[in-house]
Amino acid sequence: MMANGITGDVSAVMRKAQDVQGRSLWSDARRRLLRNRAAVLGVVVLGFIAMMAVFAPLLSQYAYDAQDYTLISCAPNWWHSAMACNAGGTHWFGTDNLGRDLFVRVLYGARVSLSVGLVATLVSLVIGIAYGAIAGYFGGRIDALMMRVVDVLYALPFIFLVIILMVVFHRSFYLLFVAIGAIEWLTMARIVRGQTLSIKQKEFVEAARAGGVGTFHIILRHIVPNVLGPVVVYVTLTIPAVILAESFLSFLGLGIQEPLTSWGVLIADGKEQMETAPWMLLFPAAFMAITLFCFNFIGDGLRDALDPKDR
Amino acid sequence: MAILEIKDLDVRFATPDGDVHAVNKVNLDIGAGECLGVVGESGSGKSQLFLATLGLLSTNGRATGSVKYRDKEILGVPPDALNKLRGSKITMIFQDPLTCLTPHMRIGAQIMESLRIHERLPKDEAEKRALEVLEMVRMPDGPRRMKQYPHELSGGMRQRVMIAMAVVCGPDLLIADEPTTALDVTVQADILDIMRDLKAELGTSIVMISHDMGVIAGIADRVAVMRDGEIVEAGPVDDIYYRPQHSYTKALLDAMPRIDRPEHDAEGAPGGETILNVNDLEVRFSIADDAWHSRELRAVDGVSFSLRQGETLGIVGESGCGKSTLARAVLKLLPETPGTVLWLGRDLAKLRPGELRKSREDFQIVFQDPLASLDPRMTIGESIAEPLRALRPYLPKSEIVARTRKMMEQVGLDPHWINRYPHEFSGGQNQRAGIARAMIVEPRLVICDEAVSALDASIQAQIVELLIRLQRETGMSLIFISHDLSVVRHLCHRVMVLFLGRIVELAGRDALYADPRHPYTKALLAAVPVPDPKHEREKTYVRRTGELPSPLDTRSQLIFLKSKMIDDPAAEQYRPQLLEVAPGHFVAEHDPVT
Repeated sequence: MMANGITGDVSAVMRKAQDVQGRSLWSDARRRLLRNRAAVLGVVVLGFIAMMAVFAPLLSQYAYDAQDYTLISCAPNWWHSAMACNAGGTHWFGTDNLGRDLFVRVLYGARVSLSVGLVATLVSLVIGIAYGAIAGYFGGRIDALMMRVVDVLYALPFIFLVIILMVVFHRSFYLLFVAIGAIEWLTMARIVRGQTLSIKQKEFVEAARAGGVGTFHIILRHIVPNVLGPVVVYVTLTIPAVILAESFLSFLGLGIQEPLTSWGVLIADGKEQMETAPWMLLFPAAFMAITLFCFNFIGDGLRDALDPKDR
Repeated sequence: MAILEIKDLDVRFATPDGDVHAVNKVNLDIGAGECLGVVGESGSGKSQLFLATLGLLSTNGRATGSVKYRDKEILGVPPDALNKLRGSKITMIFQDPLTCLTPHMRIGAQIMESLRIHERLPKDEAEKRALEVLEMVRMPDGPRRMKQYPHELSGGMRQRVMIAMAVVCGPDLLIADEPTTALDVTVQADILDIMRDLKAELGTSIVMISHDMGVIAGIADRVAVMRDGEIVEAGPVDDIYYRPQHSYTKALLDAMPRIDRPEHDAEGAPGGETILNVNDLEVRFSIADDAWHSRELRAVDGVSFSLRQGETLGIVGESGCGKSTLARAVLKLLPETPGTVLWLGRDLAKLRPGELRKSREDFQIVFQDPLASLDPRMTIGESIAEPLRALRPYLPKSEIVARTRKMMEQVGLDPHWINRYPHEFSGGQNQRAGIARAMIVEPRLVICDEAVSALDASIQAQIVELLIRLQRETGMSLIFISHDLSVVRHLCHRVMVLFLGRIVELAGRDALYADPRHPYTKALLAAVPVPDPKHEREKTYVRRTGELPSPLDTRSQLIFLKSKMIDDPAAEQYRPQLLEVAPGHFVAEHDPVT
C-alpha cells in the first residue's frame, strides 16, 4: 500500500512535468492476455518446447542420426541398470526400430515442425497482408482480378501441386516452406481483404483521405495496423495448420527426408510399430498434440484480448 | 395512487477497473395516467435506473433498494415472476427499433407474440387486437403491414411497431428510453403525438427518458432531472422549465439550442470574396436489383450554391436527403461526379490526383462520430498531425509537434495529452481533436458533417462556441451540415434546406427561420421540439400517416408539386426551379399551400 502511495505521487508529479503516456490498444490487449490463464500457460509450455528444440544437441548425449543395432526398439528407461537397453546410457523416450534415441529425434522433429510452422506462416502473412490490403483498398476491378487469381490458385489441388514441385525441383527442406506458404497465403489474403473492406469504410480512413494522405500511407498507417488484430489470431491458427500440413506431407513421404525428421515423419514411423513399440507413436504424437493445444489456447486468448466486446 | 414506487434504488456495476456507481439512492413515484419525463445527459444513469427497475441489468450489475409495483415488491424477484409483468403490465421501448425487432419474424407475429403468451388469446382474436393497435399507432394498411418483415419498414414505422407491441396487452406503465432519438424531426413529432394520444386514450402511465429538453417539454406532466446517478431536481413540468431551482437544471436549459430564439445577434453574411462555386452537382449511385439490372439513385440531384470567405452555410434536411453525400462530392472524396466544383475559380475535377491532394490543405472536414473518425491505433497527436505530415512533408518533426501542441491548445485540449489514445477521451474531447486535425493546415473552408449531433447538449454548445471562435480568429468559411435546425440557427449565416437531393429553400438565416416559404421547410421547423411546455402544448400538429417517399421513386421529389407530377415511378419528371422570392431568398416551385 505504502509503495503504491509513493508511486502514485511520483506519477502525479511526472504528469505535470511531461506528457501523459497513453494506453494504446496493444498495451490494453497485452494486459488482458496476461490475465488469461490458459493463454499464459500456452505461452509458457510452448516456450519450453521451443527452448528444448533449440538446445536439443546439448540435452542429449546421442546424435539424432546415430544408430545402434544392439538397441533396436528399446522401451523408455530412465536409470542405469544391467539391462542391455541402457548399458551405454539412458533412453528417456526409448529407441526406434533402427536403434536411434527417440528423445533427441523428437526434439529434432520439433525443430523442423516449429520452423516450418513459423517460416511458412510468416511468408503467408507477408504476402497475404500485402495482397489482401491492396485488393481490398483499391476495390473494383483490381480487387476482382486479384481475388480471381486467388480463386484459381485455391482450385488447384494442394497435394498435386506439392508433388509436381517435388518432382520438378528436388525434394528439399526449403521447398516445403514454399509449397506450404504458397497455399496458406491464399486464406490470409482473403481474410485481410475482408477486414480491409470494412475498415476502409471507417470515417478515420476518409478523414485521412480528406487530410491529403496518400494511398500508400493510408494502407500502411491506417489499414494494416487495424487488420493486424484479427490477423494475429488467424496466425495462431495457421501455425498448427501448417505443422499438420507438413506432418501430412511427411506422412505421405513427400516431406522431410531421412535421417532428418519431423513430428509427421516420427508419427508415420511410429504408426508402423504401434503394436510392438507404442512409445514410438506416443511421444511424438503427445508433443505435437500439446503444441497444437498451446497454439489454440494462445489464439483464443488473443482473440479475447484483442476483441473484448465480442466475447 | 402510485403505480410504481422506487425507493433508495442503487445500481453498481463491477468492472475490471473497479465498481461503477451508476445510480445513487434514487426515489421516484409514478402515478396512474401520468407521464414522467426523465432527463439527463449521457452517462447520468437514467437508462440504468429503469433497466434495474425491470430486472434487466447486465450480469455485472447489482441493484439494491426497493421497487414496488402496485405495492408489490418487484426488485430481486425471480425472472419467472417478473416475466408475468414485463411485456404485459410494464413494457419498455428502446432507442433503436431495428435491433429490438427479430429480423426473421413478421410484424404481425411479433405483435401477437406477447398476446398469446400473456393472455393466451386464440389466433384470430390476437390478430384482431394486433390490427387495432396498429390502427392506434397510425400504421395505415394494417393487414399488409402484419405480413411484412422489420427490414421492409422505415425507422419511424418500426418505432410504431415497437409501440404497438408495447401497448397491445394494455400495460399500466410504458417506459420509453429515448424512443425518438434515432429518428428525423418530423417522424419524431409523429411518434410523440402518437404517445400523447395513447396516454389520453388508454390512461397508460408513461416514463419518457430523453436527453432532449424539447421532447420532454411536449409530453411530460412531471420531470426528474438526473446527473451522475442522482436526481437533482424533480417537479411539475412548468416548475422545472420556468422556475428551475437547481443550477444543473438551469445549465441544461441554457445549453439547449433554441430554435425560437437566436442566440447570436444577426450578423450579416460577411462580404468576402466568393471562394467556392458549386454548379449543378449530381451524385448518382446505382442500386442493383438483381445480377443484371440496376436502378439509379440520385443522392444529390442538381445542387448549385456558392460560398464566401468567412461565411457559414448551414445545410439541413432529414436522413437520406443527400447532405453528407453533397459534402463528400464537394470535397472530391467520391468518384467523378457530373457538375462542377470551382474552388477559387479552378475546377477541382480537372486537377490531377497529385494537385488535388495538394489543394486539400484548403478544405477540410470534421465528421459526425468523433471516435470513429480517429484511428484507434494512433495517438491523438499523430492523428492531429497527420494532414500536416501529408501536406507539408518538408516540415521538420519538431515543428510538426510544436504546431500540434499549439493547435491542441487552441481547441481546448491539454497539450500534455498528445500521446493519449482516442479511447481515453470523451466524445467532446475527441471531437475537439477532430476539429484540430481539420484546422492544423489552416484551411480556408471546413465542412462539419453532423459534427455535433452525437454529443450531449452542453458539449454541443461548447463545440459550436469553439467553431464560432475559430472562425473569428482565422476567417475560415464553414459548411455546417446538420439535421438539427436549432443548432444551425445558432451559427449559420445562410441556410439551405435539402429534400431528396434537391434544394427546396436557400435563404439568409433570419429570413428562413422567420419567413419560411416552402411547405417542407415549414413542416421541418414546426416539428422541432422547443424546451417550452406552454409553446409545445399550444402547438397545432399536422397529422401525417404513411411512409416517407422513397428516393428511388422519381415521383417523390414532386410531392410538393403534384400538379406537374407524371404518375409513373420511373418517368423523367419535371424539375422544380428555384425562384428568388426576396433578395437572396430562393424557394423551389411548389403547389400553393392550402
